[in-house]
Amino acid sequence: MNGYAGTILRVNLTTGEIRKEPYDPAVARDFLGGRGLGIYTLWHEVPAGTDPLSPQNKLIASTGPLSGLLVPGAGKMDWTCKSPLTGGYASASVGGHLTAELKYAGYDAVILEGASPRPVYLYIDDDRVELRDASDLWGRGSLTTEETLKKRLGEDFQIASIGPGGENLVKYACITHDYGRQAGRGGVGAVMGAKRLKAIAVRGHKTIPVADPARFWELAHAMFRACKEAEGLPAWQRYGTTIVTSWCDEVGALPTRNFQQGSFEHGPNLYGQVMREKIVITDKGCFACPSPCGKYSHSRKHGIRVEGPEYETIALLGSNVALADIEDVAYANYLCDELGIDSISAGNAIAFAMECFERGVLTPRDTDGLDLRFGNAEATFAMIERIARREGLGDLLAEGVKAAAGRLGQGSAEWAVHVKGMEQSGYETHNATAMLLAYMTADVGAHHNRAWAITYDLQVGRDQVTPEKVARVILLQHIRPLFDALGSCRLQWVELGIDVTQYAPMLAAITGIERSWEELLKISERIWNLTRLYWFREVPGFGREWDYPAPRFTRHPATGGPTQGQLTPMEAAQKLLDMYYEQRGWDANGRPTAGKLAELGLGGYA
Amino acid sequence: MRLYADSSRCSGCKACLLACAFSHFQENNIRKAALAIIPHFPSPGNYEVRVCTQCGECAKVCPVDAIPQNEKGAYYIDPELCIACDACVDACPEGVIFKIPGREAPFECDLCGECVNFCGMNVLSIAE
Repeated sequence: MNGYAGTILRVNLTTGEIRKEPYDPAVARDFLGGRGLGIYTLWHEVPAGTDPLSPQNKLIASTGPLSGLLVPGAGKMDWTCKSPLTGGYASASVGGHLTAELKYAGYDAVILEGASPRPVYLYIDDDRVELRDASDLWGRGSLTTEETLKKRLGEDFQIASIGPGGENLVKYACITHDYGRQAGRGGVGAVMGAKRLKAIAVRGHKTIPVADPARFWELAHAMFRACKEAEGLPAWQRYGTTIVTSWCDEVGALPTRNFQQGSFEHGPNLYGQVMREKIVITDKGCFACPSPCGKYSHSRKHGIRVEGPEYETIALLGSNVALADIEDVAYANYLCDELGIDSISAGNAIAFAMECFERGVLTPRDTDGLDLRFGNAEATFAMIERIARREGLGDLLAEGVKAAAGRLGQGSAEWAVHVKGMEQSGYETHNATAMLLAYMTADVGAHHNRAWAITYDLQVGRDQVTPEKVARVILLQHIRPLFDALGSCRLQWVELGIDVTQYAPMLAAITGIERSWEELLKISERIWNLTRLYWFREVPGFGREWDYPAPRFTRHPATGGPTQGQLTPMEAAQKLLDMYYEQRGWDANGRPTAGKLAELGLGGYA
Repeated sequence: MRLYADSSRCSGCKACLLACAFSHFQENNIRKAALAIIPHFPSPGNYEVRVCTQCGECAKVCPVDAIPQNEKGAYYIDPELCIACDACVDACPEGVIFKIPGREAPFECDLCGECVNFCGMNVLSIAE
């Protein structure tokens, strides 16, 4: 199978059985790989109603047909499981070098099932695959675990690990790789922790075959050349994702004090330019990436090194908790990485608690004396530790803001900023209707990466509620997640503006199967609709209301900044949903119609 | 002529390794490349790029004179003459002569320049 290793590794943690299975070419054809293989496997192999933290849940780490090849940014791996945070579909993407290494070892994916009686790690060295004792690693941080395993096994092994957050089943625990890259969202690290799998270590020496080497080589040259000649390359290389921090602050999109407003009075302290000069020491790229967004930093103030902070962490653990010093944000980032929790959800949970504290819903008695006010860096650091270790108030916040608000009551659901139970990532959406719709309808919950539409809002008028905006969101929801099925990064297209249709001939050169760009988008739509069906299958009563935005943006106007006094009324949100469902071929409750499913070859899934 | 590397610019992406391997063997395989990236993480937190400096040590130690220079001045291992004793591999001060599984003669940089073409960070260059 050109472009693929051709083998899937199935590891049963309960029995210790390890099986190597052939990759079904029909599944590769219809779902490509990555998140496509993920949802296909989740749908067929994990029974409806499975407890996400039970041995019956499966964690699928999947590469794509571009992973590990000479294609710009071909270093993405998808992790799919049933989410312990939302109870629905989770798919988290990680960069770095793991995905390439797994394919070089001869595997397109690892399906992890069952739960080990004792802590173990998965050792993969080409054909040699073993579960090894990890008792001595249990309790250690993610970064420490990676360093320990590399010293033990060799620098050329790639490591993915969980920290105490994953071990303690924090609902948004992440999986860390390459000293600071995360499969961050939806609690994939908690599922790994429930399986008592501390880490995966992989090394490979094999070649990934391509169907037409001459055509592949020519296209590889063209794509890298386009990246290198892109106008935006130097600035992106220098600042990475932090290039947007100043822009967001200026236009009122930078979440501040639990999304109460979109501009932060100390924002300039957090801008990419300041960070670059103050703490960045090395540009750190993922596999085959000409435009590394990874910035490796050294905080002298806190005596730590950390990858990042990147934009999302700056937004959620900077302005959203009102930290005014980039070195404090870097330290909070480091704590999340080492302890193994998602910095986006953690920043939300702490901001939510800070607002509860300032409104008197939480008192010093609830916080064990911690002065949990916005802007308190020491309190932020302490809360990250408590969440990861489930101590005191941290135990409640480890459940996510939706569950925490449910327990606390007293109106706190009004400022729990999430969709479907997933905390919203780094864009304030009081008045940015396309981005709001993107959050409402993203298939994992309120995450930006499925459709980054905020710039489009600014371009066409932020309060516009039009079919064009809806169509834009849907198009982005097909293009961007397609990259998560292909196993490569979208940012060469998003940030460098390279011609996205080039990926079709490139994939054809690799696999030997000719498909147009439109045909690939159709596959992406198939995957999108299957994830939607999964929500309906798993979540009782799932439907339209689950797509509603956080009340913060529909009922409580922004308190300051460029969007001060603005909001998106619920009627506008409903209108967005009406248009969205109609354009998608879904009914008024958001369920894909039989006609749409048949069109996508999903007739048997209804 | 030789290949130069400015390690301070390297982001560790390995595109150069892939380009080297594909250009010589038509294979996507980072372990069939004639240069190396050594990451130093978590501390100090940088990448070290090792490339052939065309120092000629390999040619000096070769017992059968199987390492002549090509038209660009690059030393190369003639597989017809090589007896696979690996003396050059051991002698290379940069550690960038590589044994390729299933191939008798080791392999070293021939200054083809493809690594330079694919490096997005301008780490690599070929000059006198």
